[in-house]
Amino acid sequence: MTFQGRPEASEEEYMSEQMSGAKSLIRALECAGVDTVFGIPGGAILPAYDPLFDSTQIRHILVRHEQGAGHAAQGYAVASGKVGVCMATSGPGATNLVTPLADANMDSVPIVAITGQVSSGAIGTDAFQEADIRGITMPISKHSYLVTDPDQIPRVIAEAFHIASTGRPGPVLVDVAKDAMQAMTTFEWPAEVSLPGYRPNIHPHGKQVREAARMIAASVRPVLYVGGGVIKARASQELKILAEMTGIPVVTTLMARGAFPDSHELHLGMPGMHGTVAAVGALQRSDLLICLGARFDDRVTGRLDTFAPEAKVIHADIDPAEISKNRTADVPIVGDCREVIADLIVALQTELDGGASPAFSAWRTHMQSVAKRFPLGYEVPEDGSLAPQQVIERIGKFAGPDATYVAGVGQHQMWASHFIGYERPTSWINSGGLGTMGFGVPAAMGAQVARPGETIWAIDGDGCFQMTNQELATCALEGIPIKVAVINNSSLGMVRQWQTLFYDGRYSNTDLHTGADKAVRIPDFVKLAEAYGCVGLRCERAEDLNGVIEKAMSITDVPVVVDFVVNPDAMVWPMVAVGTSNDDIQVARDMAPDWDDDYLGAEL
Amino acid sequence: MSQHTLSVLVENTPGVLARVSGLFMRRGFNIDSLAVGPTEHPEISRMTIVVNVDELPLEQVTKQLNKLVNVLKIVELDSSAAVERELLLIKVKTDATTRGQVLETVQLFRAKVVDVATDAVTIEATGDPGKLAAMLRVLEPFGIREIAQSGRVAIGRGGRSITDRSLRSVPGGSSQAG
Repeated sequence: MTFQGRPEASEEEYMSEQMSGAKSLIRALECAGVDTVFGIPGGAILPAYDPLFDSTQIRHILVRHEQGAGHAAQGYAVASGKVGVCMATSGPGATNLVTPLADANMDSVPIVAITGQVSSGAIGTDAFQEADIRGITMPISKHSYLVTDPDQIPRVIAEAFHIASTGRPGPVLVDVAKDAMQAMTTFEWPAEVSLPGYRPNIHPHGKQVREAARMIAASVRPVLYVGGGVIKARASQELKILAEMTGIPVVTTLMARGAFPDSHELHLGMPGMHGTVAAVGALQRSDLLICLGARFDDRVTGRLDTFAPEAKVIHADIDPAEISKNRTADVPIVGDCREVIADLIVALQTELDGGASPAFSAWRTHMQSVAKRFPLGYEVPEDGSLAPQQVIERIGKFAGPDATYVAGVGQHQMWASHFIGYERPTSWINSGGLGTMGFGVPAAMGAQVARPGETIWAIDGDGCFQMTNQELATCALEGIPIKVAVINNSSLGMVRQWQTLFYDGRYSNTDLHTGADKAVRIPDFVKLAEAYGCVGLRCERAEDLNGVIEKAMSITDVPVVVDFVVNPDAMVWPMVAVGTSNDDIQVARDMAPDWDDDYLGAEL
Repeated sequence: MSQHTLSVLVENTPGVLARVSGLFMRRGFNIDSLAVGPTEHPEISRMTIVVNVDELPLEQVTKQLNKLVNVLKIVELDSSAAVERELLLIKVKTDATTRGQVLETVQLFRAKVVDVATDAVTIEATGDPGKLAAMLRVLEPFGIREIAQSGRVAIGRGGRSITDRSLRSVPGGSSQAG
């Protein structure tokens, strides 16, 4: 493989020069095309920060907590389509990266984490700030390295970027011993990466694709079950062609929001625990799931033994281990989603030319009518207080589909998934698999760095916001003008919702006192924003909503935090309770759609 | 559940054993036995892993193993088409009256005595798991003081080699990193 971003002046002497291991590390990052690193220096990584100081290619953004560096690298990676890079010192610096690494591993985000390690002679002695970060991150990374020989640094960096960005993307950790950075070495950038045990399967098997096409042509109630793999494979265009040529309804998982336009008539919305009735119902009633880059996560399937009981399964994924992991596939296809869909289009055309005349229109019309009958909705409080859904929906209206929306985890995340309206891939960034509260602000920061001049809204909760808002300082000082909407229900809202539904309203430890009782605001988010050099705004009444959002949108030079104080009793609907079947979806409390009526139980 | 013997070729790099055993642990698979050793190629190690799982979970664990960057190749060895061996060292209590009987057992199982003391003999035996279990049963009445048993190693019968094709692209020499 060749590496883009290799400096123009890649003369022979540049490519094989005597230098310190630390300089070799920075040179290797430059050769890998890195332009941004999020990190914090410390003892063991200190040697690397000296040559980094001189790099004209790499902008280092000094964060306030290593977790922020990791999530920023994730946001940057998703928004830029490149590998995100974070850097930290040994011990606590490295362990603070564990959460972002695990998050990136679950959501297949390509990041490389560089950590300093104590000198090789001290490894294993419980030295100051020593932690076996390679061992710690083994189960939560795609791969991890410990480098103790400076000569290996360029090769390891080249491999790390290759592994992170190819196949099913993921996080790679490179731990470098301090003495390896201090020793002298010869920098040699490898012309090629040689990894005999790593061969991602990109090209789908033609026979499997043809079999899938035959199965689609013979199906009556097919659904395109689209996951994040379609976005990673940049296959949205192909997906649109496939959907439109067949007229098969589409559902997009939480990780795939934006892979298919929300405004499209074939789109039934998000499936799963908080999915739309139409999306959940379509999967349940389907006779063929065409799963593209999704993984039958428990949040999508509900109780697995009752999930889509009549459906055969075509499962396409670049990771063979995902296929038949949770749900047995009738037609497994291993490959890059873009190639899979492109091949599928051709194979389906052959089927059609050969006289196949699939009849999905009754099914499609039926599901579209279900979607109309059970739209997403919410109640607007009559007392003029703010409904959280209304706030999020309005932000989506004002900022539009060209903005990027980054969420934390919880109620606000589900509402942001439902009510904004996504028209393009990577306009929605969130923590799906790991469900990391605190993802929002630092990931938005990373996305803003990748997309300067564009509008980035972090839709955050008051609980999430308090976990990582220290990065507002980074944003203010580094000129990263993100906008943060704190959907402030003054509580850990999703947990509170479960306490309402399943624990008799016993609100054990979910009240955060950030504004529901207006006498107590700890912290006061407006003051907090101002203390961090940001603009702080507050909105508590529906009548002020437009004005405040407009004000926030008009500020483009500094970060803005808006404290939207909302009704704490709002709940996320629809909902499938944990451990129950998707057939038991409720559209509101104690309100289930009637599956036996003409709409949902119709025989097609 | 049934027993399966996996031959796993891995790059000989630090941490690879931890990666493999850790994967079995976190995916909830029990390892019955695991043996690691060098191969005819210095940069390649071979693990023989015996697991007790059904077909489907076995497929899943094989796929997960394949995802490890340092894993080069996985072959399931069918016990009817492979030679499987374990090594057993047994310290058996003996005195003047029982020593003869113990030595007779040793001969019957084509094992050998590798150490003798006044009150015990130490026996070395190799074989498939069935043979070793049978021998242990026969020696039991004399009093077994201590046993040390290796993990199973296995190799396919016939002239073919599983290492041939997977190794072409492996760079020579061991590396520090990995």
